Amino acid sequence: MMIALAETRNVTMRFGSFTAVDSVDLSVDVGEVVGLLGANGAGKTTVIRLLLGLVRPSQGEVSLFGAPPSMATRRRIGYVPQTLGLYDDLTVQENWTFTASAFDSTRIALPPSISDARDRLVGTLPLGLQRRVAFAVAFSHEPELLVLDEPTSGVGPLSRARLWQDIRDSAEHGTGVLVTTHNMEEAEQCDRLAVMAGGHVVAEGTVAEVIGDRHVVEARCDSWQDAFSVLDAEGLIVQVQGDVLRVPASPQHVEEVLTRHHLRADVATVPANLEEAFVSIVSAGALR
Amino acid sequence: MTWGLEDASVRFGSRTALDHLTLPVEPSTVSIVVGGDGAGKSTLLRALVGLVRLSSGAARRPQKQEIGYIPATAGLYIDLTVDENVAFSAGAYGVRGPDLARRSTELLERIGLSDARTRLGGQLSGGMQRKLAVGMALLHRPAMLVLDEPTTGVDPVSRAELWRLISGAAAEGSAVVVATTYVDEARRASTVVLLEQGRSIAVGSPSDIIAAVPGKLGVVESSEQPQGLSWRWGKTWRVWAPSLELPPGAESLQPNFEDAVMIAALSDERKI
Repeated sequence: MMIALAETRNVTMRFGSFTAVDSVDLSVDVGEVVGLLGANGAGKTTVIRLLLGLVRPSQGEVSLFGAPPSMATRRRIGYVPQTLGLYDDLTVQENWTFTASAFDSTRIALPPSISDARDRLVGTLPLGLQRRVAFAVAFSHEPELLVLDEPTSGVGPLSRARLWQDIRDSAEHGTGVLVTTHNMEEAEQCDRLAVMAGGHVVAEGTVAEVIGDRHVVEARCDSWQDAFSVLDAEGLIVQVQGDVLRVPASPQHVEEVLTRHHLRADVATVPANLEEAFVSIVSAGALR
Repeated sequence: MTWGLEDASVRFGSRTALDHLTLPVEPSTVSIVVGGDGAGKSTLLRALVGLVRLSSGAARRPQKQEIGYIPATAGLYIDLTVDENVAFSAGAYGVRGPDLARRSTELLERIGLSDARTRLGGQLSGGMQRKLAVGMALLHRPAMLVLDEPTTGVDPVSRAELWRLISGAAAEGSAVVVATTYVDEARRASTVVLLEQGRSIAVGSPSDIIAAVPGKLGVVESSEQPQGLSWRWGKTWRVWAPSLELPPGAESLQPNFEDAVMIAALSDERKI
């Protein structure tokens, strides 16, 4: 049997009377990119801290590379926090050397992707390049598990594509990757998702599996503004896309409301997107 | 156009922060400015509301007291209560008397803060703080509402609620302009402008931007990078042939909005 790179088995974490993480099973396998999603306060950060070995669970087991987290397992992990974890007032080379010595890495040469910026202070680089440096530094000791927090937050489309290429290249060399994100574009790039709400994993699987057979109603009308106002007044969470409205409700309900206000619309049922599915899953999860 | 920027440039010393940018901003619509950090989004918004002087070009905007603007980092006072924040904003915009009482009750109810009027701004969750800030900017029913990255770092549930407020302002007649780094969010706009180094590299409705994609887009299922202009999407590659045929093994694909944005950025970088 293949051992997961990182695994929590029925893990619960309590802080005083507050249960931050409740009976969570989660694993990251070799070569897999797993997305961890959840509203703020859902327990994602605590799960990461448990996996990194920064806190010990109140109950259950955490294993990294088949053993409990320790300094030895920590060396085999690369972590890029959202704040990047670089020293702004050191150069790219100095940041690299510092991390290499902390991890006892023997790799001295900067990778070509960042070598042009060798002597520049990290704080003076554009954000896309800073992120590339943070990635290169986190990848420098050839970690077997990468933990990335909103890895492409705030970068333009080209930098985002290059960062995802780096992530995929690592995964294809066998690295397991755990990505936490609020960004649905990032989530859609993952092989598998785990959605947390209120300390529980409330949904799991590929993007298609997480969306499942959830649907929304699409309404096209002469004036989206009028239709929005009457549907919104009914308490429906209407999302506007251009001049099309997307409503998590039954088509009959939407038609009934619009007809009551003498508004004509083409109403159709369409598959929900990941963001709509997420909102529906998390809202239901919070009620239990 | 009613409001907006016309061939507007902003230079700081030798640096061009905004480069000949045109963005019409109409009442009852949402315009979205998309780009990475440093692309010029904040400069564009500040030029639009009159906080930055144009080096050339023109800006059309309503009177100052008819604008609602929230910069990326602020929007409320953490050491004032919810009520005090609302009162401050009302004072600044000249909303008084029965209109203030009615409007603030309505907005706080909509935001879900009716029962938290005596709580300090700093005690609210991040998502709630953003909603309150947007609510405060809406208090005086601005003709133009300008929001700098209101949803950055906000979870999808709070994001949906924020967009409910923002779309609601447009439905009530405001001309709304929102900056974001999330490409998927731009699908909500009637007009999108994609910024890169202060320049507009694509502008129009999301469907116009998709329709304007030249050449062919394909998908390749392989771990090897295919020939031509390509980028990763999950385990597969997207490959774009601006004029030529797709490389062998590529299956033709209709571009979605994210693809169209990537192609606009690639075209801009490669001068295609």
